[in-house]
Amino acid sequence: MMAQQVHQEKDRLDLAPKKFVMWLFVFASFMIFAALTSGFIVYAGGHGHALNLRLPDIFIYSTSVIVLSSLTMFMASRSAKRLEFDRQRLFLWLTVALGILFFVLQVYGWYILTYKMGIYFVNPNASQSFIYVFTGVHLLHIVAGIMVLLSALYISYRNRPQAINLYRMEIASIFWHFLDIMWIYLYVFLLLNQN
Amino acid sequence: MSSTLAVHGHGAEHHDHGHEHHHHDTFITKYVFSQDHKMIAKQFLITGITMAVIAMILSLLFRIQLAYPDKSFPLLETLLGRFAPGGRLDPEFYLSLVTIHGTIMVFFVLTAGLSGTFSNLLIPLQCGSRDMASPFVNMLSYWFFLTASVIMLASFFVQKGPAGAGWTIYPPLSALPKAMKGSDLGMTLWLISMVCFIGSSLMGGINYVSTVLNMRTKGMDLWKMPLTVWAFFLTAILGILSFPVLVAGVVLLIFDRSFGTSFYLSDIVLAGKVMPFSGGSPILFQHLFWFLGHPEVYIVIMPAMGIASEVIAVNSRKPIFGYHAMVYSLIGITTLSFIVWGHHMFVTGMNPFLGGVFMITTLIIAVPSAVKTFNWLATIWRGNIRFTPAMLFAIGMVSFFISGGVTGIWLGNSALDINLHDTYFVVAHFHLVMGSAAIFGMLAGVYHWYPKLFAGRLMDEKLGYLHFWITFICAYLVFFPMHFMGLDGVPRRYYEMTAFPSFNKWMSVNILITWSAITAGLAQVAFLYNFFSSIWFGKRATQNPWNANTLEWTAPIEHMHGNWPGEIPTVYRWPYDYSKPGHDADFIPQTVPLSETMSSNLPHDFEDNPAGLEQYNAWVKAHKANEAVK
Ligand code: HEM
Ligand SMILES: [Cu+2]
Repeated sequence: MMAQQVHQEKDRLDLAPKKFVMWLFVFASFMIFAALTSGFIVYAGGHGHALNLRLPDIFIYSTSVIVLSSLTMFMASRSAKRLEFDRQRLFLWLTVALGILFFVLQVYGWYILTYKMGIYFVNPNASQSFIYVFTGVHLLHIVAGIMVLLSALYISYRNRPQAINLYRMEIASIFWHFLDIMWIYLYVFLLLNQN
Repeated sequence: MSSTLAVHGHGAEHHDHGHEHHHHDTFITKYVFSQDHKMIAKQFLITGITMAVIAMILSLLFRIQLAYPDKSFPLLETLLGRFAPGGRLDPEFYLSLVTIHGTIMVFFVLTAGLSGTFSNLLIPLQCGSRDMASPFVNMLSYWFFLTASVIMLASFFVQKGPAGAGWTIYPPLSALPKAMKGSDLGMTLWLISMVCFIGSSLMGGINYVSTVLNMRTKGMDLWKMPLTVWAFFLTAILGILSFPVLVAGVVLLIFDRSFGTSFYLSDIVLAGKVMPFSGGSPILFQHLFWFLGHPEVYIVIMPAMGIASEVIAVNSRKPIFGYHAMVYSLIGITTLSFIVWGHHMFVTGMNPFLGGVFMITTLIIAVPSAVKTFNWLATIWRGNIRFTPAMLFAIGMVSFFISGGVTGIWLGNSALDINLHDTYFVVAHFHLVMGSAAIFGMLAGVYHWYPKLFAGRLMDEKLGYLHFWITFICAYLVFFPMHFMGLDGVPRRYYEMTAFPSFNKWMSVNILITWSAITAGLAQVAFLYNFFSSIWFGKRATQNPWNANTLEWTAPIEHMHGNWPGEIPTVYRWPYDYSKPGHDADFIPQTVPLSETMSSNLPHDFEDNPAGLEQYNAWVKAHKANEAVK
């Protein structure tokens, strides 16, 4: 009876399948971006409508910010593994802050595109509308990502067992690094299609 | 492990209470917000059946219109009000009926109803796990599905009626709210509903894949999984890869509809007014849609294939023929289904060379499909067949899959498709190969696993036979004549053909089809009665009523959290040891170790197990010596 109980508890604490769920989720999101960029290729290829613009420099800054946030995320995970929980929280907060900064910079990028460059979302050249779709869908993911980061933070303040803490950290890192890589993919894709 | 075989109801439950006492179920957590995969399976099934009945009634409505285009039925006006003024269907409402019928059947019944029910029920039970990887996400998946269903049906209650652009919602019709009644609010609701639906499908699919890959019991390596689990697993992978693409397509469509972008729109004149859209490409939508849409049809049929394989093997009392070939053809179908979408677009002005490429990939996908078909037939061949209702439905599934698949090969030829595209020939093709085949697979599953769904009850056999024969015959009567109409050029999605004198000759056929459809609809009443009354009054089944090998039949009859009391059984063999020569019973459950079945073991049972092989050889030697002495 005792043994059984232990056995079942172990079943319940098996977190590997849940981590795998996160990987699959990342994969599904990746497919959305793959579809959108393929859509761009089909559209631009079929109509001879290229982007015909130079992307505003602000995206370079936002790119550096999100790369930096990946770094802080990594530091947070490492601190968590080394049981340095104060540093873990500090780096998590930093990551959240950089995430928010990224969000702001992207929106500022939209501002520059529309008000400074006259490139509107509603546009007879839908290649240019695609810029907004790419960044917009990505920003939605960023919002979700920040929530995942905050939930990892919450767990770390609640002093849950280390296994749970590490699990939440891992979930958050998988997702956050994915968002970073995804943005780099989109940015490079746009750069390559500038004209 | 032999103790797990012997475990029955009561003692087991007692154990269970021992560790579950901190976890009280209220009505709400048990029946409504349940996180138990078996309850979620039932929720999916009952919602799916409800949606199926609704979609069937819609189809009867438009069938009546097709058979009697000139008659008015005052009853229709009473029932439908402004949608049937003067007792005749409004032409735009006809389009809405066709659209919602198709959408509900393809997505809500045959995707969510089918995968949602059987993946949820069988993946944990047949793999030997306590529940899904994430029971919470699993619960969310059902609630997203229910929300999507409610929103889809709610569109019948808006002023202009539901979406009317067909289940494929091609723009520009779907992108211009003013284009027709069915492009307005109904279309918006359709899009919102589908976004919820896709969310539900993805959450479900992600769970299924993670569960299959991570949570199998000891001994259950991939090559010991039943074909049902293989099919559900690959179906889920298809869904994860293709539904996000539909999200992308739908997002762009929403922007075109509501924000004025021109992804899909160009050169539009609406009601005499030139619209500002320019540069868009409606073909882009078709690419995005069919990149999902074609895999989607396999998402529909593969679970039915898995169910049919299992039911046919169990009821033929024979190992499934070509187990590995069955798995490899499922994998082949999964892979190929991503590179054939162009066959829906042969007449979009596609480059003929590209058309040729899609034609070749399309025809290649017929190969794994045929492999599966021949394997089913070979499994039945000289089997010791038990004609249970489930078995009949599984055989029916194979029959429809053959007769519908053959016409797929016609359509796959780009030259033939120029004639056949958008005619009743296509309607005949996919209603046989997808509609009827998948529904029959689903029904086979319901009859077969009913005791697992509803704590050991069985459905009535007599009613099952009645249900099968009427449905089987009527389905053929409905869909087979459509081939000939299509060959004659009768177009699909037309409200009436009266304006074309050359189609007058099809009037009598249309009447036959409609009456067959009504008869088939009545047969479903027998099913519904049987299904719901058996929940309370069905005959009690034993723990393993079909003498099947798979793990779910080793779980206690009464449902419990965690599925098995105590340890989860270990698996020692593949699931198809039926009528194995040398064994006394005609089945050997997966939980019986080879050491207990010496008389029936074969050398290849020990392929990666040299120690076992040695023991086996020793046993054979000793046994031979014994025989000689006698
Ligand atoms: C032997 C394999 C198959 C081939 C070669 C094939 C080929 C085709 C082709 C070329 C079309 C396009 C016809 C047109 O619109 O002009 C088509 C339509 C369709 N097929 Fe198949 N098919 C096959 C199997 C299946 C299966 C297994 C399913 C579903 C389970 C299926 C479901 C459909 C559906 C739903 C449509 C119509 C979609 C629509 O326009 O509304 N097909 N098929
Ligand atoms: Cu197709």
